[in-house]
Amino acid sequence: MSNLVIAALVMGVLALVLGTAIGIFVKFFKVKSDPRVELVLELLPGANCGGCGCAGCADFAKAVASGRLKPNGCPVSSQEQVNAIAFALGVDPGEGFARRAVVCCSGDKFQTQMRKFYNGAIDCAAASMIGGGPKGCRYGCIGMGNCAHACPFGAIEVINSLAVVHQELCVGCGKCVAACPRGIIKLVPADSTAHVYCSSPEKGAVKRSLCHGGCIGCGKCERAFPDSFTKTGFLASVKYDAAKLPGAEEIQTIKCPTGALATEVDHYAGEKAVREGEKK
Amino acid sequence: MKYLELTVGAVLVYNFVLSRFLGICPFLGVSKRVSTAMGMSGAVVFVMTLASAITAAIYRYLLHFSLGGVSYDLGFLQVLLFILVIAALVQIIETVLQKLSPSLYQALGIYLPLITTNCAVLGVATLNAKANYSVLDATIFGCFSGIGFALAILLFSSLREKLELATPPKAFEGTPIALVTAGILAMAFCGFAGLC
Repeated sequence: MSNLVIAALVMGVLALVLGTAIGIFVKFFKVKSDPRVELVLELLPGANCGGCGCAGCADFAKAVASGRLKPNGCPVSSQEQVNAIAFALGVDPGEGFARRAVVCCSGDKFQTQMRKFYNGAIDCAAASMIGGGPKGCRYGCIGMGNCAHACPFGAIEVINSLAVVHQELCVGCGKCVAACPRGIIKLVPADSTAHVYCSSPEKGAVKRSLCHGGCIGCGKCERAFPDSFTKTGFLASVKYDAAKLPGAEEIQTIKCPTGALATEVDHYAGEKAVREGEKK
Repeated sequence: MKYLELTVGAVLVYNFVLSRFLGICPFLGVSKRVSTAMGMSGAVVFVMTLASAITAAIYRYLLHFSLGGVSYDLGFLQVLLFILVIAALVQIIETVLQKLSPSLYQALGIYLPLITTNCAVLGVATLNAKANYSVLDATIFGCFSGIGFALAILLFSSLREKLELATPPKAFEGTPIALVTAGILAMAFCGFAGLC
């Protein structure tokens, strides 16, 4: 019994002494951390995607608190969240535009010619190294989903061997842009609706023989809206820095002959329809 | 002769990592860069020296004492008390390090709190208790055991830095080749056996 009491006594006294010692040390060696960093970190989405260019949200919070970066550097936060951070710190939220990723290709496995049978690793980089992948077009989406794997938000879906970005999920962090071995994923302003879903600089006839969805460079869009579209060689492109871009209805009036120029909604709906048709 | 055993013996002959196989976790975990290995070994030397001194004192004067003619043996509390003291010590060191050297604190990362459960630290305390060293002897032994750990991890980390540039077979890349290297290093230290 007395052994038990002594054991409890020894442990208790030792714990008390050590606890006091730790307390004293913590008091004397306290590190003053910036409370604003914690504040910003709480307001950030915590996705740790790295889209801002910092190593995670904590690093970005430090940069914002120290004034090195503006709160709108976070591509994931909505404008309200950015404003909340700016208000909490009493700084300028910064000017800029939100971005979204677009896979500039419409060559799904029905549109484009499947040149050869590929049964290697399901990886775009690997497939593109072995004779340029299974598809005929050397500039198009390979469709093995490297971008979809890289996306931290699950915003990319591969439909019929073609990667399609879900605009409502995409935050524009740019991870997919780095993951694509073909470099056909572009970051565009979030408020733009229509894109040219083709990246091939080949001649129109060559493209036409390989893919039904490619831009043949007819110039219809450029003639209809010269301020919004331009054509380089056989490839049309959207002038994203234009003051005003045509809306969905105006895009329909252009009647792009191959459907390479399409709104996001139509592009996705078209791919979905093809897939459901395949099921039947 | 006794001090030769406590110093040279602890560093070379009975090296904590390479012949007693204690403290393998930080030995493999923090040995990718010489700079972090140096930080880790510094922290371990410090903790082992202090822990040896304090645990030896506790062992001699707190666990075995007589009160009013009755002698008490609290040997069963040994591991519990040692762990408690080591944990408190590591906590204090962490606090001090965070203040005095934030870069070293960042570099050590998770391994600093892990010293608490580093078996080398508890191992040196238990070995001291087993050999019933005096406080001074235990402190010397603890310090040189820590230096032995530092020697092993520094040798190993510089080897690993060189290995980064080597092209071993694919299956051996990374940890496997590191484990093979550790084995060879341990065999080399076997050569010191019988020195003292």
